[in-house]
Amino acid sequence: MQQVSPPRSDPAPSRWAYRFQRLMLTPLFRFALRVAVPFALAFGAAGLWLSDADRRDRIVLAIADIRTSIQSRPEFMVDLMEINGASPDVSGTIREIVPIDFPRSSFDLDLAQIREQVMALPAISAASVRIRPGGVLRVDVTERVPVILWRTAAGLDLVDVDGVVVARAAGRSAHGPLPIMAGKGAAAHVDEALALFSAGEPLSDRLRGLERIGERRWDVVLDRGQRILLPERGAVQALERVIVLAEGQDMLDRDLVIVDMRLPERPTVRIAERAVQDWWKLRKLSARSNDL
Amino acid sequence: MNGLYDSQRAMRNMRKAAMQRGVVAVLDVGSSKIACLVLRFDGTDKLAAMDGVGPMAGQTGFRVIGAATTRSRGVRFGEISAMQETERAIRTAVQAAQKMAQIRVDHVIACFSGAEPRSYGLDGAIDLEGHVVTEQDVARALAACDLPDYGEGREVVHAQPVNFALDHRSGLGDPRGQMGQQLTCDMHMLTVDAAAVENLLHCVKRCDLELAGIASSSYVSGLSALVEDEQELGAACIDMGGGATGLSIFMKKHMIYADAVRMGGEHVTGDISMGLQVPTATAERIKTFYGGVVATGMDDREMIELEGDTGDWEHDRRTVSRAELIGIMRPRVEEILEEVRARLDAAGFEYLPSQQIVLTGGGSQIPGLDGLASRILGQQVRLGRPMRVHGLPQAATGPGFASAVGMCLFATHPQDEWWDFDLPVERYPVRSLRRAVRWFRDNW
Repeated sequence: MQQVSPPRSDPAPSRWAYRFQRLMLTPLFRFALRVAVPFALAFGAAGLWLSDADRRDRIVLAIADIRTSIQSRPEFMVDLMEINGASPDVSGTIREIVPIDFPRSSFDLDLAQIREQVMALPAISAASVRIRPGGVLRVDVTERVPVILWRTAAGLDLVDVDGVVVARAAGRSAHGPLPIMAGKGAAAHVDEALALFSAGEPLSDRLRGLERIGERRWDVVLDRGQRILLPERGAVQALERVIVLAEGQDMLDRDLVIVDMRLPERPTVRIAERAVQDWWKLRKLSARSNDL
Repeated sequence: MNGLYDSQRAMRNMRKAAMQRGVVAVLDVGSSKIACLVLRFDGTDKLAAMDGVGPMAGQTGFRVIGAATTRSRGVRFGEISAMQETERAIRTAVQAAQKMAQIRVDHVIACFSGAEPRSYGLDGAIDLEGHVVTEQDVARALAACDLPDYGEGREVVHAQPVNFALDHRSGLGDPRGQMGQQLTCDMHMLTVDAAAVENLLHCVKRCDLELAGIASSSYVSGLSALVEDEQELGAACIDMGGGATGLSIFMKKHMIYADAVRMGGEHVTGDISMGLQVPTATAERIKTFYGGVVATGMDDREMIELEGDTGDWEHDRRTVSRAELIGIMRPRVEEILEEVRARLDAAGFEYLPSQQIVLTGGGSQIPGLDGLASRILGQQVRLGRPMRVHGLPQAATGPGFASAVGMCLFATHPQDEWWDFDLPVERYPVRSLRRAVRWFRDNW
């Protein structure tokens, strides 16, 4: 026989409980409660806390402290500068113009700027700057090699292949083997000058130098005041013709002042004043003997 | 009449809006329990393109995502008698269903069983203006039905066209596009007490819900408990509820008659309570556990203990045999069924080709009821359960939920009602212009 128990009670929700449940089931309201309210709370709290200037300063200071402590770790410190591929005086100059007091953090070094500074030196054609492990700031430079001397009104300059003035020369004798050139605008045609010097190798014992005339053509200056006037174009060929003449007919050993090759189809020779008069004298004598 | 038309149209529009939002609640306001189901519509058009009727009879477009029942308070004879109590009960059911569905419901479709439903058969006839029946002609035919005087304080809940006849061909389901001269329509109209509808509307409003439709519970339980061929061939559905017993007669898939008997399971409980001198709650439990309508020799020996807490030992330790209980219940059940029989006779049920009777509702679970009912109502009696719908919890599949499940079908596949057609254009200038056009067409 089964016992009969009273039915379970089923209380009705109050009006407000019912409304609250419906509100909580509204999708938009739930979204607002889940996302918008926490966002607004967090944002508002952070804003309120940061509205004090002292707190902001402290935060900035703390961040800066951490930053400094990381940057000044020994792993990041640079202790010395190593310069590669430069002569002692050029490396001294580099050390002068890049004044870094070591040790220094590698975060503070602006390698690009250091490179710019080094590249600004006239004696240097290429440079690369990097920090090697072990705290070494390595500067690899390629120096400009002076190939020719250039005499100007101001003095004697060393010029490299590209026509850049590398340095002031101490004197003619200090750079014995280097050829010499003169004249305005000569530096822009160093390669042509070098070609002329190599072509004039047979004349090297007499060759004094080259002179740029009117910024357009070259003169070869020999000793005893002789000059070879070369044309604007084909200067090397003209010089080679003169050398052939000189070897074959000893032309330059004679009493010439100027060999004018400016017009290739009409080479001209100017004889010295005294030789002309001698020649005239000889012609008179020979005429007289013929008369006789 | 126009006011009714407008209010029903407004409800229909609200239902459409709810279906577009995808969620609607159905509420069965009964005398013994209030059930609330939350429906979610997903892809109603998926099966529309399919030919014929699928295995689920086209009921796959929705899913029950929340279900709750609560003990009814303040409802008697299927009508609201105490507004505050009923409002609280509705609130309980809706809140529990919402909690289960995890979604907020704003629209609700409600049904109730009482309020003295009365059926009227109407007919109207019009001469067609053209030769082809248009939707406008259907609306005119419906409007041509002469309205009976259904009395003050009554309200129409259903007005469904059940049959169309074109000239001499009757039994048309959809006359649109057919050729003919005269269109006749039969309409079934169901009126209920307006006060009951007003009370329900007020209760639903107090719960912050919108009423998107009302239905008679006799109709909707017939929708869910009758199978398709029963609806087609003719059958009566008897929904034995707590406070009222609804009956509806279906024919050609249309309800053609509905009525309600103001007696139900609560009266049986009341008889037990009075006869055995026990509280109503105990009587209800005894009825559901030991109730029956056919006594056997075994029942004389099965004793039921009647507990009480009056303090009187003699009173608290009584026992009663099950045969006595059946002796109390049977006359009342017989009375209900005989009243139903009288209503069916009044409706002319015996003239239908098929006289299937389906018993459903919570009261139909009394053991032996089908035997008793077949002796009173006729041979073709069966016990009906509501059809299965998606997602319905097991607890809500019993016959007591026939009207709740029927409400789901009613909400998703509403039948054409009178107010679904546009009001016919009856203004004079339009008619005279049409006449002129017609005269020209006929004479030139």
